[in-house]
Amino acid sequence: MMRVSLGHDLSSTSATLLILRLRTFVALILVFGFFAYAAPNFLSAENVLIVSKHVALNAFLAVGMTFVIITGGIDLSVGSIVGLCAMVAGWLLLYGINTGLGWTIEFNTIEICLIVMVVGVIIGWINGILITKLNVAPFIATLGTLYMARGAALLSSDGRTFPNLNGNPEYGSDSFKAIGDGNFLAIPLSIWMLIVVALIAAYVAARTPLGRHIYAVGGNERGAALSGVNVDRVKLYVYMFSGMCAALVGLIIASQLQASHPATGETFELNAIAAAVLGGTSMSGGRGKIGGTIIGAFVIGILADGMVMMGVSAFWQTVIKGAVIVAAVVIDQVQQKLQARVILQQRV
Amino acid sequence: MTETNPIGLTIRGGVKVYPGTVALKGVDFDLRMGAVNVLVGENGAGKSTLMKIISGVEPLTEGMITLDGNEVTFADKADAARRGIGIVFQELNLFPNLSVADNIFIGREKALAGIHIDRSAQAEGARALMTRLEQDIEPDTPLGNLRIGQQQIVEIAKALAEDARILIFDEPTSALSASEVDVLFRIIRDLKKHGVGIVYISHRLEELIRIGDYITVLRDGQITGTRAMEGVDIAWIVKHMIGSASKEFPRGETVIFGDEVFRSEDVSLPRLGGGYTVDHVSLSVKAGEIVGLYGLMGAGRTEFLECVMAQHPEASGKLFIAGKPVKTTTAAGRIDLGLALIPEDRKRDGLVQIMAIRENLTLSSLWKLARGFHLNLAAEAKAALAFVKSLSIKIGNVEHPVSSLSGGNQQKVVIGKALMTHPKILLMDEPSRGIDIGAKAEVFRTMRRLAAEGLGILFVTSDLEEVLALSDRILVMANGRITGSFPSGSNPADVISATVPAHSRTVP
Repeated sequence: MMRVSLGHDLSSTSATLLILRLRTFVALILVFGFFAYAAPNFLSAENVLIVSKHVALNAFLAVGMTFVIITGGIDLSVGSIVGLCAMVAGWLLLYGINTGLGWTIEFNTIEICLIVMVVGVIIGWINGILITKLNVAPFIATLGTLYMARGAALLSSDGRTFPNLNGNPEYGSDSFKAIGDGNFLAIPLSIWMLIVVALIAAYVAARTPLGRHIYAVGGNERGAALSGVNVDRVKLYVYMFSGMCAALVGLIIASQLQASHPATGETFELNAIAAAVLGGTSMSGGRGKIGGTIIGAFVIGILADGMVMMGVSAFWQTVIKGAVIVAAVVIDQVQQKLQARVILQQRV
Repeated sequence: MTETNPIGLTIRGGVKVYPGTVALKGVDFDLRMGAVNVLVGENGAGKSTLMKIISGVEPLTEGMITLDGNEVTFADKADAARRGIGIVFQELNLFPNLSVADNIFIGREKALAGIHIDRSAQAEGARALMTRLEQDIEPDTPLGNLRIGQQQIVEIAKALAEDARILIFDEPTSALSASEVDVLFRIIRDLKKHGVGIVYISHRLEELIRIGDYITVLRDGQITGTRAMEGVDIAWIVKHMIGSASKEFPRGETVIFGDEVFRSEDVSLPRLGGGYTVDHVSLSVKAGEIVGLYGLMGAGRTEFLECVMAQHPEASGKLFIAGKPVKTTTAAGRIDLGLALIPEDRKRDGLVQIMAIRENLTLSSLWKLARGFHLNLAAEAKAALAFVKSLSIKIGNVEHPVSSLSGGNQQKVVIGKALMTHPKILLMDEPSRGIDIGAKAEVFRTMRRLAAEGLGILFVTSDLEEVLALSDRILVMANGRITGSFPSGSNPADVISATVPAHSRTVP
């Protein structure tokens, strides 16, 4: 009798667990369904593409952020990196690099993209060095680079906007606007880029030694070090990757607007953290999935755009977004507890 | 003596169960007032557990406590403190960022209206205690600026400030100099005169005989001997600590050792505030040899292993693996050279609790299992399963989190992880800590088998029987130095006495 009732208990908890585990996905379906019903134009192909493009920007940052958070860190600097990288792209398009010898180096689109990404990676590298070699807490280190990168962005133009980033056919930079505006098979290039980056990130997380090391560092840093994981190198990589993701977003925004403004990307870091957490990434490290983060980014993005379409006040939007994030974490805690109980019951 | 020393506190049938182990197995203990009740036993015998129960830190699983003839249960340490029970912990429970006076009165601040701390009253109280302890320590010194011995004095002052009727000292002298020990003993005699019941735990057997009035010996959670101190000598204590039925881990036929696989030369780890935690340790291990590194807690054994595993950048000394000097300064590099460590604290250092059993097993060998960057999960699971089988780890599924396993099986996962790197030399820090007898025996059999296969093993233990039964050679460590080397089959009393060098060597 005991066994039977125990078995029944277990299966019903398992069902609850399954729903809880898929909660971000369930939330996505609910949010999507609600707006599809309530906001008339929500399902139009045009709108879906617009929403996707919005979501893609946050999703890039959130993918980089997910790795950082899995190692037990945080990267507050991504929003500022977006801004600085947009300014760097604008500068290179408008002015090139003045060598000071009477001539100027001009760049084509590919070169500009590479340079901007290197800038992002270098800032990520600085974050990593501060955190690993100089033992600065991630929150403080990236807060510092947040200010420095933002300051550098403002200095680059004296606070002004770089306008008319159309590029110059002479230098091969007129294709710059395609990054944000171009389509491939009727889908925006930025979405394709996100798909590629997210697939690579998901592969690294699940199927490479590096990915496993990222989880191990977040789960137990000392244990990982004693097991031969090069903890410093792992952390360095994740901050560099996060910086690179931010640089991509900077490029896309500069291209979409065909202008770059030094305030670009302000508070983007918070949306990225929110997407990661909503997708099940644990702030204490060791747990999180790229797929979850992508879904989390979509939930936040659809929620935001949907409410705009319904004419919800911007103030209420902020309140609702906050409530959704807190609810997600509460449900996560419930799931963890339940899961621990199920495992204990299955213990041999 | 019984009339002059009434029993203040008794425990009857005390049982304490921790997940995975039974720390106390039906203990009957009498604490006599106005006397020093000495408690002795090896690490893990249950002394500290017993003291935690008396001081209200942990509740009994079964059994009862009576205080002055009335049955009591302590809700927590504060509850026990209210009833007059104080404890000086072995590990310092102090705040290095606060002043000496703040530390002494922490949680019982002398505050006006419960809000405003009366700093001068606290300083005065602290100064009076320091005078009583014959120490020249200013009350407003930050505690972190004191050396360990002085910090221990502050810990003692903290307990004295509570005016306890029962006072427990858990290895109070481990960091004290000879003169500080004399002061402590004078204070203990003074407390005795005032009718305070004292429980005194120490590994220094001579010290116990000098200060104790009653002695209780614990072994494996049971009391093996209890009596008045008159007529007790070291031989009596050792006999009851070890017992007659010694643990057997038969070695099979005599093994012929191979070449030296590991050697350390002058490995040193400086200590904050002067001296060495690991003091020029030189030793070697041959292929197929099991070397036991015996000593008391804080002797520097764990730190030595950590130095070998590149966890202390400030450490100095030379290492050789299979005759070749070790140049790499990362744990990963040393693992590649054939070194593997089973850490003392499984939960903190050995495992990533939230990861699956499979992921923990393969954590040290991922690059070997990967082809380029690609990790073949099926091949990984196969490798993990092979080790689950060869080490007979009892699991439901390799995908379950490692935290779902019992202590013994978790330990086997840690061993499996180390073996998967194909080491030449295995460093094991307290491999049997916190696991039950059956799992212990299996771990020991595994160690024998590995040694027979040509692995060199250096294992740290605080269990005398274990080191005697398992080692081909015994090294004893104390105060960071190697203080003795014994062949297998040596006299236990000799090994024990090497763990406690004379008090003359004080911490500078």
